[in-house]
Order: sequence, then C-alpha cells, then structure tokens
Amino acid sequence: MADSPVDALLKGSSGRTTRGMLRIIILAIIAAAAVSSRLFSVIRFESIIHEFDPWFNFRATKYLVQHGFHSFWDWFDDRTWHPLGRVTGGTLYPGLMVTSGVIYHILRFLTIPVDIRNICVLLAPAFSGLTAFAMYLLTCEMTVSPSAGLLAAAFMGITPGYISRSVAGSYDNEAIAIFLLVFTFYLWIKAVKNGSIMWGALTALFYGYMVSAWGGYVFITNLIPLHVFVLLCMGRYSPRLYISYTTWYALGTLASMQIPFVGFLPIRNSDHMSALGIFGLIQLVAFAEFVRGFIPGKQFQRLLTTMIILVAAVAFLGLVVLSASGVIAPWSGRFYSLWDTGYAKIHIPIIASVSEHQPTAWPAFFFDLNFLIWLFPAGVYMCFRELHDEHVFVIIYSVLASYFAGVMVRLMLTLTPIVCVAAAVALSTIIDTYVLTTPGPLPRAKSSAESSSDGLRSTRGAVVGITSYVSKAMITVSVAIYLLLFVAHCTWVTSNAYSSPSVVLASRLPDGSQFIIDDYREAYYWLRQNTPENAKIMSWWDYGYQIGGMADRPTLVDNNTWNNTHIATVGKAMSSREEVSYPILRQHDVDYVLVVFGGLLGYSGDDINKFLWMVRIAEGIWPDEVKERDYFTARGEYRVDDEAAPAMRNSLMYKMSYHNYHNLFQPGQAMDRVRGSRLPAEGPQLSTLEEAYTSENWIIRIYKVKDLDNLGRSHNNAVAFDRGQKRKRATKRKGPRVLRTE
Amino acid sequence: MPSKRSTAAASPAASPSPSTTATTTTTAAAAASTPKLSSGPKTLSTNSSAFEIAQHVWQQYLTSTPQRTKMLDAFMGFLALIGAVQFLYCVLAGNYPFNAFLSGFSASVGQFVLTASLRMQTTNGGSGSGSASSGKTAAKGKSGGKFMNESGEEGISHERAFADFVFGSLILHFFCINFIN
Repeated sequence: MADSPVDALLKGSSGRTTRGMLRIIILAIIAAAAVSSRLFSVIRFESIIHEFDPWFNFRATKYLVQHGFHSFWDWFDDRTWHPLGRVTGGTLYPGLMVTSGVIYHILRFLTIPVDIRNICVLLAPAFSGLTAFAMYLLTCEMTVSPSAGLLAAAFMGITPGYISRSVAGSYDNEAIAIFLLVFTFYLWIKAVKNGSIMWGALTALFYGYMVSAWGGYVFITNLIPLHVFVLLCMGRYSPRLYISYTTWYALGTLASMQIPFVGFLPIRNSDHMSALGIFGLIQLVAFAEFVRGFIPGKQFQRLLTTMIILVAAVAFLGLVVLSASGVIAPWSGRFYSLWDTGYAKIHIPIIASVSEHQPTAWPAFFFDLNFLIWLFPAGVYMCFRELHDEHVFVIIYSVLASYFAGVMVRLMLTLTPIVCVAAAVALSTIIDTYVLTTPGPLPRAKSSAESSSDGLRSTRGAVVGITSYVSKAMITVSVAIYLLLFVAHCTWVTSNAYSSPSVVLASRLPDGSQFIIDDYREAYYWLRQNTPENAKIMSWWDYGYQIGGMADRPTLVDNNTWNNTHIATVGKAMSSREEVSYPILRQHDVDYVLVVFGGLLGYSGDDINKFLWMVRIAEGIWPDEVKERDYFTARGEYRVDDEAAPAMRNSLMYKMSYHNYHNLFQPGQAMDRVRGSRLPAEGPQLSTLEEAYTSENWIIRIYKVKDLDNLGRSHNNAVAFDRGQKRKRATKRKGPRVLRTE
Repeated sequence: MPSKRSTAAASPAASPSPSTTATTTTTAAAAASTPKLSSGPKTLSTNSSAFEIAQHVWQQYLTSTPQRTKMLDAFMGFLALIGAVQFLYCVLAGNYPFNAFLSGFSASVGQFVLTASLRMQTTNGGSGSGSASSGKTAAKGKSGGKFMNESGEEGISHERAFADFVFGSLILHFFCINFIN
C-alpha cells in the first residue's frame, strides 16, 4: 500500500527505511497480538463455532461450498420455519459466507486442504488484524502525528469492545463488517481529501461489500450524508466534496441494490432517504456554485444558505408526505427503537426480547473500552481545535455513535472504532508534547519507535516546550502505567468474559480444575443419531440455528426472527395448557420438543427465565388466550414453587422443565438452583408428551410428541387409565405421606 | 427571446431532475431581489430582472467556456434528457420492469454526476479556466485557505481525471448491467 501515510513516512532524509521497516514490523506485531488475543477460546475449548447466529452462518457457508454460488443465491431452505420454509438466499447478507467461501477455494487452489470449519472459526481473528491496519490508515488521515496511527491500531486490536464480537469461533457478520466499516470510512476521508473519482468509486465498492455483509451498513448510509450536510452548512462546499459524494452515492446505491435482501430498499425505505436528499441537495449547491461563477456577489453566501434551508424544508415536507402516503416504506421497527427506547418494549416484544438490543449499562462502557473512554472526549476536543473536513467527520461520528451505543448494547461495536481514533489522537498529543525530545524513559516499545521517529518532527510542529524532566518523567510513567493497565484489562476481559463459546460451558471444580459441560452438543448429537431425518423439532427460537447446524433437523422457528406470528405460535404452545398446546403441535407436525432447563446446574440462561418473553410475544398475537398477568402470583411475583400461579404450573414449558425433576431428590427436597426455590413435592404430570432424552446435566430436555391414542381416547384419559392401576397405591402412598408431614 | 432563456435555464444547469429548473428561477429571482448583488461586469446593471440575469449568465457561459468543456456539457444535457425521459415514462406508463427502469435511470444519473465530476476536475485543473473557475476560486475566498488539499486537488492531471472517470464509469455500467435482469 503506497498510501500517503506511508509516503509521509518515507519522506524523511535519514533512516527512512529504518522507520518504514519499524512501522511495518510494529503493525505486523499489532496484527499478531490482535489475532492471538482472540484465540483464547480455541485454546481453552476447541475450534468450534460459538453461540447462535454463527451456527446459521456456518451452515450457510457449508451449503455454499458444497453446492456452489448459484444454488446458494437461489437457496430455498425447507428445513427451517417449518412449514413455511425460508428463502434463505434472498434474506441473508451473503458477504460473510462468500468471503469464507472464496478463502476456502483460494486455499484449495494453493493445495492447502483446510476444513471449512477452521476457516469459519478463524475468519474473525484474521479480519481483526486487517481492522487494525485499516485503523492505522484512518487515524493517519486525521492527524499529522505519526504515533497516533500506531496507537489507534493497537487500541483497535485489543479493545474488548471489538473483541466481544470477533473472538475465534464467533463467525458472525460483524466479524468482517467492522473491518469494512473502518476501511470504508478511511476511503471516504481519502475521497473527500483528494476529490478524485477513483477514491469515491473505491468507497462505493467497499460500501457495497459492507452492504453485503451486515445490516449495520445503514450507519454508513446515514453518516456520510450527514457529514456532507454538515460541511455544506458550514459553507465548506467544494468540488472535492461534490465529486466524492456523488460518485459514492451513485455507485454505492447501485452496488447496494445488487444484494437481493436489500433490493429496492435504498429508494423505498426512509432509512436511506437522507442520502438521496443530500444527493439532490449537493446537485443544487453545485449548480448554485456554477452560477455564482458568472454572477459574483457578496450576498451569494446568504442566498446559498436561504436556498439550502428552502430546499431542505421542501425535501423534508416531501419526505413526510411520501411517508405518510405510504409510497416510502415506514421506518423499520429497529430504527424506531433507536430513537424511542421504550418503543420496542411496547410494540415489538420480539425486538426487545433480544438481549443485545437492551440499553447499555454504564459500566459496560468502561468494561469494554477501559481508559479509552475518558481519553475519547479529549480526542474529540482535539478534533475541534483543527476542524478540517475529516475532523468534522470524527465529531459527527462520535456524537452519533455515542448515542447509539447508549441505546443498544450491540452498537457499542460501532462506537469502538471512533473511540480508538479519538483516544489515539489525544494520547499521541500527550506523548508528542511530553516525550518528544526526551531520551529518557519511554512508555512502550511502540512509543519508543514513535518518539524516535518523531525526532525530526520537533523542528516542524509548534510543540509546546515541556523542559522539566520531572514533569516529563511523571507523564511518561503515568501514560506507561495506563497503557499497561489497559493491556492487562483487555487480556483479562477477553479471557474471562468473551471467550466462552456458550455452546460448551465451563466451570471450575473445587480443586481448580476445569469441568466442561457439554450438554448442548450431547443432546443435539442425540437428535442427529436417534431421530428420523425429517423429525420436526420445536424449541424456542434461540436454539433454532443450533438445532439446524448441529442436529441437522428441521425447526419451527429460529434466530432469523422474520415471522413474528410463527414465533408467537411457538410461544403460545409453550405457555398454554396441554389441551391447547397439543393441537398446535399436531398442526405443525412437531415430533420433538426441546427445552433448556438449568435448574439442576444453576445455568441461568434457560427457558424458564426466558419464559416471560414467550408469554409476551404470544400475548401480542392472542391477547385473549395468553395473558402475562396470569403467570404471576397474586402478589405479582414470578415463582415456580408451590405458590406459582396456576397458569404457570399448567403451562407446557413448566411441565416439561420440571417433569420428573423431583425424583432426583428426596421427597419434598427438590430445589431449583437458578431460581433458588424449593419445588412442589408433586411433580407436574405430562400426558401428551413423553420424555425422550435428557442430557447429562439436565440442561437440554427433549420430549416426543405422542401420537393420537390407538383407542381414540384423549391423552388425559389414556394417562389416567394407565395410572388407574396404580391409583389405589398412589392414594395409599399419599395417605402416609400426609401423616408423615404432620 | 424566450427560447434562449429556457435553454439557458436548462443546459448549463444540466439538471438531473426537472425541479432544478424551478430552482434556477428561484435563484435568479432571489438574485434580483438583492440589488447589491449585481456588482458584476458590463451588461448586468444593478436592477436587472431575473430574465436579464439569466441571459447574462448564458452569454457569459457561451463566451467563456472552452470547446471541450462545452462538449462535456452537451453530454450532460443529453444524459439529463435521457434520465428525464425515463422518469416520465416511469410516471406515465407504469414502472413494471422496475429493475430495468432503475438501472437505466441510475445509469444516466450516475454517468451525469461522473461527467460533472470530470468537468470540475478538468476545468479546475488550471488550463481551461474561464471566468467560471476564476470566479469560483475568488468567491471561495475566506474558506479557501482552510482546505489543505486545495493544492492537491489541482495536482490531479487531466489524464488522471479521465482515467478515474473511465474507472468509475466501468464500475457503474457493470452494476447496471448486472442489475437490469
């Protein structure tokens, strides 16, 4: 890459090759650190795909590799969303799968036989190395200080906010999307600075790639027009701006429309309208500038601003009218929930139910960004002091991303790059000011390289002279300590919080050795081995992708939550009485029902804890049949013990979770370790389902849906008849027990 | 000569949509309403009407623009015309092959902005500067010093600009053909 930062570096008169080499080596080391810190999970567990969504991506990638690109593009998946099926090829972002498919074929071409699974597992770490490099380029555009780029690359490489989505095995869209995000922004800045069609076209190409990779492309779609709009309002129109923006918009919009899932959205959806509006606006401004060439006048500035305001008002009115009349699709629900945090909870429980859509807790900022978060405002302030076009971009980006990160946990990811840029700018200013001329103590190997390369710089920049060695030493030492703490914090967070595959759980035995809990894979493997190829599995949607990926069985709902009604059906089946649920199960050809139960192990992410969401989502569709209030006790408590509400105790979910559970314990001693409550002595009776399999630690329980009774009795009667033989004994048993308790 | 006036409004504007024509008159009217504005050269008096200003602009344009730039402008006008025709067709005759309409329309719009970019780069490049570019740089005035890359921009040679143009057009038409079904 012969980019200007590299050029600037090579311009020095002496030792320029040394400095260039150092830079490349440092960048390589940063990339290596970024990759290796993401390998905790592989080392600690194994090379396995994590969590939920990655399992679908993995399955799609396998399909792509096996069947080729064209059948992938037209893929209709009849093994999910039974009985509807899903037009998978048209409803996914193919960038991730295509990327790993291409890598796979390149490696095969080079006669390196690599399993596609290993490519998928290691894709995210590999791209994080690239992200660090893109970060270096982006930051080098922002500031003249050469250390800032390296610092930003290092920050980006190891900051937990980014690691959280890119550890080895988390094969998700974000894995490549963040690299594309940063690189697109770099190209955009480059385009604005140079005003050449080429950079604009490259921006558009990478924007198209980004669109194919992640739904978060809307962020770019709105951020770049906003940048342009602010620049226009600041009176900073220039041909460079026109060239880069129009090229980006014309090509980028076309590129984004190539993705079937996006399709006509860029001209229909309100999320994209700002870009179109700015495109029209900049045409007008360009024309005005053109005319101004012929009528010079001092009033033109005012005229221009009046015109901008007028046209913006007209465009806004038009947008409102079009939106109201339904020509343009209304804002998507996820988008509403960005502005009104309470929106989702009221209108779309399914969006609110996803844990990563919850608002961010304050400590999360510090947890994910450590000391970068307090350097961040300082960096933004530095940008205000210079305020070139690219600094305006940083400011807009940081304001928007801070807001979004506060609204949704997962958008912390978009905040992280700009925090790294701003913090690096701030820190490099500190280092340049204090450490620049001292041969004394140096914070790190990295900054030693920077400061040595800064030697020549001191003659040129107006660096404030700090001559006292005491202050120099103090600042240097404290910066070094902060950096070391940052590294320690990042490593700790990565190894402890973000490296769990969540498919395989780990706990520590009293003697400190690791104990692997592998119930998920055990149960999915049981399904794969013991059920017919086409057995339909019903579970809550969280586990749909995993069942599809690991057990290879059709599912009713999965993590692609496109059909709220279908999910609500499952929710209703789970939360209703057996008599109501059984017809639903029959109608949907369900053969097996899978529930996750953590009561024995104390695993809190189980279905009973998610149960209220099922009830709420079902209530959204059948408000008459399912009522959230019924599942609470009279005092409004959510209980599973003796005092649990009748609706709760009769619900299918409750029965499946606690079926036979009390037999593990002494009578009356059954404990639920998640909810910490003692269960009723008498376990729930299931009549329409029978237990098929329960994993070692009871985390996964699979039930088989009984066929209709041979003699045409209802299941209740059949079970009662079966029990009828024992009824006397049961009453007998009951008698003494009552006596015993008294 | 009303015919000349209408061309004056449309062709240097080379507007992508018919709305720009309306804006031209807005601009001109606003220009006329601010009398201080017309400190311009010769024919333009202080209280000249919108019509006169437009005519003046047209004359200025005719005299000061080099031949090559005029060719680009003609091309842009042609593209704008094609875009307008397609848009009209879409409005009047329905948008049934929507993919085809979109790719056709965006091909003309995209080519239009690319050509406009090429025009900006070549006229600002230094050699072909009429009163247009000089006026532009003069008008930029105070903010001009802030742009670091003002010099860098002038560094783009005509050949480089043209190569960029070809590059952009290739990508544009690739996408269009891919999208047209």
